[in-house]
Amino acid sequence: MNTLNRRKFIKLLAGTGAGMSAPGLVNAFSKSPSGRVIIVGGGFGGSTCAKYLRRFDSNLDITLIESSKRFVTCPFSNLVISGMREMDSITQDYAAQSERGVNVVYARVIGVDAALKKVKLDNGKELEYDRLVLSPGIDFKWDEVNGMEAADAETIPHAWQAGNQTTVLRNQLEAMDDGGVVIVAPPKNPFRCPPGPYERVSLIAHYLKQHKPKSKILVLDAKDKFSKQALFMQGWQKLYPGMVEWVAGSEGGRIGEIDVAKRTLYAEFGDAHKGDVVNFIPPHKAGMIAHQAGLTNSDGWCFVNQRTFESSVHKDIHVIGDASIAGAMPKSGFAANSQGKVCAAAIVSSLRGKEMPEPSYVNTCYSLVGPDYGISVAAVYRYSENKGIYSTGGGVSPLDEDADYRQQEARYARGWYDSITMDSFG
Amino acid sequence: MQRLLILSLILLSSFAYAVEVRASEITRAVMLSNSCAACHGTDGNSPGAMPSINGKSAQFISRALLDFREGKREATVMGRHAAGYSDDEIALIADYFSTLP
Repeated sequence: MNTLNRRKFIKLLAGTGAGMSAPGLVNAFSKSPSGRVIIVGGGFGGSTCAKYLRRFDSNLDITLIESSKRFVTCPFSNLVISGMREMDSITQDYAAQSERGVNVVYARVIGVDAALKKVKLDNGKELEYDRLVLSPGIDFKWDEVNGMEAADAETIPHAWQAGNQTTVLRNQLEAMDDGGVVIVAPPKNPFRCPPGPYERVSLIAHYLKQHKPKSKILVLDAKDKFSKQALFMQGWQKLYPGMVEWVAGSEGGRIGEIDVAKRTLYAEFGDAHKGDVVNFIPPHKAGMIAHQAGLTNSDGWCFVNQRTFESSVHKDIHVIGDASIAGAMPKSGFAANSQGKVCAAAIVSSLRGKEMPEPSYVNTCYSLVGPDYGISVAAVYRYSENKGIYSTGGGVSPLDEDADYRQQEARYARGWYDSITMDSFG
Repeated sequence: MQRLLILSLILLSSFAYAVEVRASEITRAVMLSNSCAACHGTDGNSPGAMPSINGKSAQFISRALLDFREGKREATVMGRHAAGYSDDEIALIADYFSTLP
């Protein structure tokens, strides 16, 4: 292009008629974008949405706003906690987004002006949008927890947002003496990654069995049942007999109060449980910016049009991932990936003034009960005006399968991680 | 020289057009097939233990999905997935991945 400037190049294309059949080439030099989309949050939902927006429209002005340069995934963080993987192997970044021409801004969004269609950043800048996508993940309802606040998570880690919290829990497990008690306290519904706490129990048991076999795990659950329950319990019985005790919410599992200094959880009715390591996971709500933008309901989550993920409160703002109320879909990184794609299609269709084809959604979550013992849950979803997002098929791994089957699913669990992270962050 | 340049531009642009259209079209087939990408890789090109499905023949993919759905082919998770799709949807998915390089 040394001797051919941009204008001449386009003129030449137009002159040959090639311009008519080369939207990609012309778009690459065009000055006015087809729309400005801002995405807040670079987790599974936001990153996938940015990637698929670019695939659908090479001419879109896409900005991804994320406060951290690196994203540590919650999926497979239980493998780091149990010493099966290093933190590096679950850490993603945004290099691929920049390469595809997504404008990545490392800042925190401190306000959304839905009327003037702009977001305000903590660095003082304001950015305008035609469509805004919020994918803020979760925050915790600390006001519902007696005796503990956010800063106490250094002592009693939740490790339900991966990164430093993952390391805190890992270090505490390593420092614990053999014969210690680990308490895991999963939250009430709805929460991020329904099988996650029970995979954590499994892999902590795997670590203890190898290194501290006299130790015990006490699960104080806020709920009376949980995801893949029969499968997990069968796995615990098989791999870690006598090591795990699960207490249902209505049978003394629900926590009324916490004494942080004594690492003691007081059940709502009765018993005090002292742990050597305590992993209390507080109840959830949508990530902070969803609240600041006024998009949440009284329970702390965001109602959306489940076909387009446009907020039921404000026009031209979409909410995807854990923060949204997405019908039958669980709160998972995989679901957020699926929603990110549907949302991208909805936005590009809308900017083009076209009707989006009928959406299709999916969820697939693998859990490792042990390094060679995998189980899964899967579902395919579609949308109807009456039902919202509903499942058309799916289910969990069968009970009573042999070691080969579990080993196969353990291998696919690792393949699942490679694929979902590449489809979202690669 | 100029004629050669024009010729190569035409060839180049029609190639770019073909790739562009496939990625940017939002069809029912794309809406369905994007679901598969989360496990089988973007564009069906898997980086790990999950099988790649790009470039397989439409007949191969649809036969596999129908057999998974009917329980005629052994599977771990695919029988549960295939149960969620109609014959028509399976045909659209199979056709889409067969066209990817």
